[in-house]
Amino acid sequence: MATIDVVPQESSGHLGRKRVVNDMSIQVATVNGSGSQSSNSVLLRSIFQMGVPVSGKNLFPSNIAGLPTWFTIRANKDGYIARKKEIDLLIAMNAETAQDDVKSLAPGASVLYDEPLALDRVRDDLVFYSVPYDKLVAPVCPEAKLRKLVKNMIYVGVAAHLLDIDMNEVEKALRRQFAKKVKAANLNLAAVKAGYDYAASNLIKRDPFVIARMDKTQGKIIIDGNSAAALGCMFAGCTVVTWYPITPSSSLVETLIEYMKEHRIGPDGKATFAIVQAEDELAAVGMVIGAAWAGARSMTATAGPGISLMAEFTGLAYYVEIPAVIWDIQRVGPSTGLPTRTSQGDVLFTAFLGHGDTKHILLFPSSPEECFTLAHDAFDLAEQFQTPVFVMSDLDLGMNNWMTDPFTYPDKPINRGKVLTKEDLEKVGNFARYKDIDGDGIPYRTLPGTDHPAAAYFARGSGHNEKGQYSERPDDFERNLERINKKFETARSFVPRPEVVSAGKSKIGIIAFGTTHWAITECRDQLRNEHKLETDYLRLKSYPFTHEVHDFIEQHDRLYVVEQNRDGQMATLLKLDIKPELTPRLRSICHIHGLPIDARSVTDELMMMESE
Amino acid sequence: MATTPTDAPKPKVNRIGLQVIDYRGGKTTLCAGCGHNAISERIIDAMYEMGIKPEGVAKFSGIGCSSKTPAYFMNRSHSFNSVHGRMPSVATGALMANKRLLGIGVTGDGDTVSIGAGQFVHLMRRNLPIIYVIEDNGCYGLTKGQFSATADLGSTLKSGVINDLPPVDTCMLAIQLGATMVGRSFSGDKKQLHAMLKAALAHKGTVMLDVISPCVTFNDHEGSTKSYKYVLEHEERLHEVDFVPSFENISVEYDPGTAFDVTMHDGSRLRLRKLEEDYNPTDKIQAMTRLMEAHVNGEVLTGVFYINSKAPNFLDMLNITDQPLATLPESVVRPSREVLEKCMEELR
Repeated sequence: MATIDVVPQESSGHLGRKRVVNDMSIQVATVNGSGSQSSNSVLLRSIFQMGVPVSGKNLFPSNIAGLPTWFTIRANKDGYIARKKEIDLLIAMNAETAQDDVKSLAPGASVLYDEPLALDRVRDDLVFYSVPYDKLVAPVCPEAKLRKLVKNMIYVGVAAHLLDIDMNEVEKALRRQFAKKVKAANLNLAAVKAGYDYAASNLIKRDPFVIARMDKTQGKIIIDGNSAAALGCMFAGCTVVTWYPITPSSSLVETLIEYMKEHRIGPDGKATFAIVQAEDELAAVGMVIGAAWAGARSMTATAGPGISLMAEFTGLAYYVEIPAVIWDIQRVGPSTGLPTRTSQGDVLFTAFLGHGDTKHILLFPSSPEECFTLAHDAFDLAEQFQTPVFVMSDLDLGMNNWMTDPFTYPDKPINRGKVLTKEDLEKVGNFARYKDIDGDGIPYRTLPGTDHPAAAYFARGSGHNEKGQYSERPDDFERNLERINKKFETARSFVPRPEVVSAGKSKIGIIAFGTTHWAITECRDQLRNEHKLETDYLRLKSYPFTHEVHDFIEQHDRLYVVEQNRDGQMATLLKLDIKPELTPRLRSICHIHGLPIDARSVTDELMMMESE
Repeated sequence: MATTPTDAPKPKVNRIGLQVIDYRGGKTTLCAGCGHNAISERIIDAMYEMGIKPEGVAKFSGIGCSSKTPAYFMNRSHSFNSVHGRMPSVATGALMANKRLLGIGVTGDGDTVSIGAGQFVHLMRRNLPIIYVIEDNGCYGLTKGQFSATADLGSTLKSGVINDLPPVDTCMLAIQLGATMVGRSFSGDKKQLHAMLKAALAHKGTVMLDVISPCVTFNDHEGSTKSYKYVLEHEERLHEVDFVPSFENISVEYDPGTAFDVTMHDGSRLRLRKLEEDYNPTDKIQAMTRLMEAHVNGEVLTGVFYINSKAPNFLDMLNITDQPLATLPESVVRPSREVLEKCMEELR
């Protein structure tokens, strides 16, 4: 349902076109800092409250105020929530970009614009609705300086009328948005109503798009991935959080601070956590490692440039065997790149972060729900394997609003790994920090402050033997590094398993991870419905790869690895892990423009490669 | 100590029943005569005399000759030899995780002032309770004697190369930034360093001690301003440092005009017997002025330049619960099912 199948005619009204119910994407073009975020949230929530599956994606600039920003709302009865390439309704509020915004639309789309922009002169194959915002805003908002903000609420009212959204739902969403500010709510509601009334008496519906009540959002919640991650970390028993502000990860820790202040203050009024804003990412991860060495469940959150700075400490933690949970909310690199756009470009760098032979456990959440559950897994795996664990989220997941089922309370107890207490030491007498007692490569550790004369060991990034003593002996070094590798092999059986969708008949497999998943679910339907092509699908959740990944590759002739980076980084990582004779089976579909990947692009590219 | 008539004399023990040997570490691998070894000895003595339990101490260091030394004292304490210039962040994390630990960091002038300047600055700002000892020799020993950023203007390398950039004064930096006990000593001044370390153990906040510690191999020659000879000739003691621990009920009479008495957090007393008229170690401005003058006059000024026993420390400010975060049980760190339901309800 991506394209409009009937050519619209300006004069004949919507009767000439098939009604399109609950399947559209709306793009709001504004300038950042103009308060449009509230308007867009109200519009999104109104549709959600009507029971229609919805997603919202904010394409914003790296800037405080005054640069163009676009918010895309997709409503889809089938539950597709990936970005849709085509825009059906453009709400053009930004004079600077309006002409280009209109030019980029597919024929048949409709445009809601500010009257003075006179956009109807730009093209004649679109449906145009003009609204005199300035005339409408003045009576509802006497205070001139607030008009710039209130003006944006008018388009909510106009859109509500055009799309047949229930005004009661709009009011409910708006009151929720301005929960504690009754005055602001009333002011904004008046603006919404002014827009609605204007549309009712002045605009004739000439586009086919409408919202009609469904029951597909019953019980669901709307949350961004960073907030979900914050909740996950709090319920995973995180005790030390350090960070250095960086887009798009900052909101993860800021939300965590709010949650912790509310739910993790003991009866004595004291905190069961410590959160520190560090001087840079070097210090942030250094504090995480110091805290974890001393026994805290500690974490930090960052993005690509921060990951670069954390390379030194991550290598130390790998070799000294200290747990750490590091959230990488990926944005577009290299270098500063596009700080406010999404990517999956840190996969390879993070997998091997650090000099010398180094490799790390990576987890790949694809939904807010997985941000919540993988948070727990990350802390457990980090402490179980005494090693850094990276949770590879991205800007699309972290900062955008997603509709999801409510999270379920963690049923697994917290796993603190192999820690010897004073009582344990009294039984065993002494211990060697880096000795493989159990044959799984994972040694035992003690925490500083353990009240036993044999508890202490010397943690060092320099060569050491099983007792942690300085050693330059070749055999000590080799044995130790091989044992650390054994830990990584053990981890293959403990990391989260991939999700496999296979009917066992297709020779074509798709492999994806993270937010790419949402384009793939839609893409597979497109392949089936439009091209009669059945595909199997494996969604990765972790590195190292589990045996299911190897089995899936063995079972298929052609495997399309779809990811949001230039070089096919996950495909490369897979090729390093599988039998050499299987590597020609892997083909890469890569997207690097910084916007969330859409299904149509993947479908088209996959079909092109299939026909070659 | 009371003695009982037995065959063999009982070994000497401190107030928690440990011998000095219980505070020893591994054999040093530094050069014979290295000032760092003397500092390790002073740390052992101070810890022993103060009756500090080794298991409650955490040692931290970065990279360099000085950062190796935690292996040479207190084997019964956990230790973390981290990465170059980044010891402050590791120590900060560890002490947040377990606020009952007594933290001591040993670092060098390269580790602190060059590669670690950023972390040093922020450690001082936070007033984290830690004893931060710079073993300052004005050069890079492990890489064979290059100048560090504490080398004085005009000081020479063995090869004759002259340092033409001004030195960083770590004490002035620390005072300006917020450390609450700041002093300078000399590895060869056994009595003064000993007293300052004991006072440091009684202080709850960042103690920054810059200890001139000559490098006998690369920076002890004629022309160096960090040599034994130069420091002995140019040392100016600001005062005589005495320390009376809280557990020793010794009352020493003194004339208020001749000494400055500071009551420490644990009730111990730091007594600074005046050698210079009217020096007040609680006055930041006077401290900075006096250190500036020392630079102009070419003096190696030693003593406790600044002390503030009242400023809140970082762990107090974080309002952390009394039990160490590291060992809080699941029942405390995982909120209830009802809390999750409430959070979900807010998002519907």
